[in-house]
Amino acid sequence: MDNHKQQMQKYWKRNIRTLLILLAVWFIVSFGFGILLVEPLNAIKIGGYKLGFWFAQQGSIFSFVILIFVYVYRMNKLDEEFDVNEK
Amino acid sequence: MDILTWTYILVGLSFALYIGIAIYTRAGSTKEFYTAGGGVSPLANGMATAADWMSAASFISMAGIIAFSGYDGSVYLMGWTGGYVLLALLLAPYLRKFGKFTVPDFVGDRYYSNKARVVAVFCALFISFTYVAGQMRGVGIVFSRYLEVDIETGVLIGMTIVFFYAVMGGMKGITYTQVAQYCVLIFAFMVPAIFISIQLTGNPIPQLGLGGTVQDGTYLLDKLDGVLLDMGFEEYTSGRKSMTDIFAITLALMVGTAGLPHVIVRFFTVPRVKDARLSAGYALVFIAILYTTAPAIAAFGIYNAIDTVADKPVNELPVWVENWKKTNLITVDDVNNDGIVQYTPNPETNELNIDKDIMVLAAPEIAVLPNWVVGLVAAGGMAAALSTAAGLLLVISTSVSRDLFRTFVPEMTEKTELIIARVSAAFAVIIAGYFGINPPGFVAEVVAFAFGLAAASFFPVIIMGIFSTRMNKEGAIAGMVTGLVFTLAYIIYFKFIQPESNSMDNWWFGISPEGIGTMGMVINFVVCYVVSKLTPPPPEDVQEMIQEIRIPRGAGEAHNH
Repeated sequence: MDNHKQQMQKYWKRNIRTLLILLAVWFIVSFGFGILLVEPLNAIKIGGYKLGFWFAQQGSIFSFVILIFVYVYRMNKLDEEFDVNEK
Repeated sequence: MDILTWTYILVGLSFALYIGIAIYTRAGSTKEFYTAGGGVSPLANGMATAADWMSAASFISMAGIIAFSGYDGSVYLMGWTGGYVLLALLLAPYLRKFGKFTVPDFVGDRYYSNKARVVAVFCALFISFTYVAGQMRGVGIVFSRYLEVDIETGVLIGMTIVFFYAVMGGMKGITYTQVAQYCVLIFAFMVPAIFISIQLTGNPIPQLGLGGTVQDGTYLLDKLDGVLLDMGFEEYTSGRKSMTDIFAITLALMVGTAGLPHVIVRFFTVPRVKDARLSAGYALVFIAILYTTAPAIAAFGIYNAIDTVADKPVNELPVWVENWKKTNLITVDDVNNDGIVQYTPNPETNELNIDKDIMVLAAPEIAVLPNWVVGLVAAGGMAAALSTAAGLLLVISTSVSRDLFRTFVPEMTEKTELIIARVSAAFAVIIAGYFGINPPGFVAEVVAFAFGLAAASFFPVIIMGIFSTRMNKEGAIAGMVTGLVFTLAYIIYFKFIQPESNSMDNWWFGISPEGIGTMGMVINFVVCYVVSKLTPPPPEDVQEMIQEIRIPRGAGEAHNH
């Protein structure tokens, strides 16, 4: 039982670590690139898009989608590793 | 065929489809009524969530707001999508594992307190009613413009349809109707966008067209920046709002999204925790299709509008201007009598006013697309408004029947509960319809409430409930109440008591009432942390429950005990 408890604490720690990494990316692409750094990034142009503007209106949204799927993938693997996945 | 005939055919067909689905998927038990029996596939649930989430505001107004505010409009694009990351990572899987039907259910059980539950019920009701009033208004606008009936008749027709499938089918009926509505609305949004993108930039993908070149070889966005600068406006791609305010509004919208009860409840409808995570991902894919297209429609729309109207002779304006002038949503007034339309930022000399709400609805007409496209957009707007209204009505009826009645009359039978749920849904439709016909003059202002309140009340309490085993009922109640009161007070002060002082100089830290939910959320977090440190920890069994919801296995059995 104690062993189980320790395992679950470890599972939770790993879960939190995954969350923190993904949320850091979430923050950087939207608040970082789209808002705080928008002016310096606007100096770079890709096609007709200024980069900062692109992140604010397109890139951040694409990144959000990718983030959730990475999360789903990582968590499914983690659940399996700790044998807490649903049958 | 003319626009009116096409509209009747397309709107009629889509309605027939929704009603057919509703009859086919009638709910027989409370579980089916509240959460569709928990058996919806993640893909279908993702689509339904997307339709539920994208309201008349996303479909009709958002592109218009972006068209007239350029970069500043990004707050809605990032705010209303970024919230799904928070939802998927921080809330959905745990709430699914918890395995009850509503947000107040979670708050009440996690904080072992009916007081907390009732506070949560009232937050949920307030947020939902605010929202639903706006949806019925959207239904009315689409009806009155396209079916040429008055707005009252329009709202009544809309109410009848929603009543039919929300009250009969509950969550089960709503979910499958919303899948159909998503298909209708996304098709209706994309078709004109693709047509216009090809016309303007030669690229069929609007997301690429926005970064593409117009006929003379210059980039569309550069040209738009230049044209707007020449007329005395700010550049399209740079902002007017302060960076602090953009930051605060975006965060408030994201957190508010993750705290909205009608969005959270969607994740109770899938069979497993795994599916809840995946379903949030699918939902965001379906939302992102519209949300990355909207900025393209916005830029194309304002470009076309300026191109066809500004500096043109007053008596040679295009047909779309004449059509929409009848609704007073566009006005041309030759102030200096020179026979030319001047479009300037100065209200004294400006001669052209375009209501932001017509940007999407009029886009096919501005680009002179075939009549069936115009009818299609009308059906799409209806789908967006109806699907969101239905989702909200369900939250309202569930809050009343389950969170209020069940709490105080625990011995009632499932059958009685189902009747109460249906009766309260019916009541909610009538009240929503009333607001649709007699909208309070401050609908737009009230929307700031809904997000601010969700951000400042629900979000911190749910997060702390999952991620801290130490958080207790004293902390949660104190946090919810202070966050709520602070946010309400700030919005009421600037919107209703002193609207004339609603400017950057008077705002705290330069944060507008739209973004104040961010500060309310921070206050909520701080207060609940401090108060919980000073009061006893939650009982043993609650701490065990928290450990339990952190682990996916066993979600299926949660309903049975």
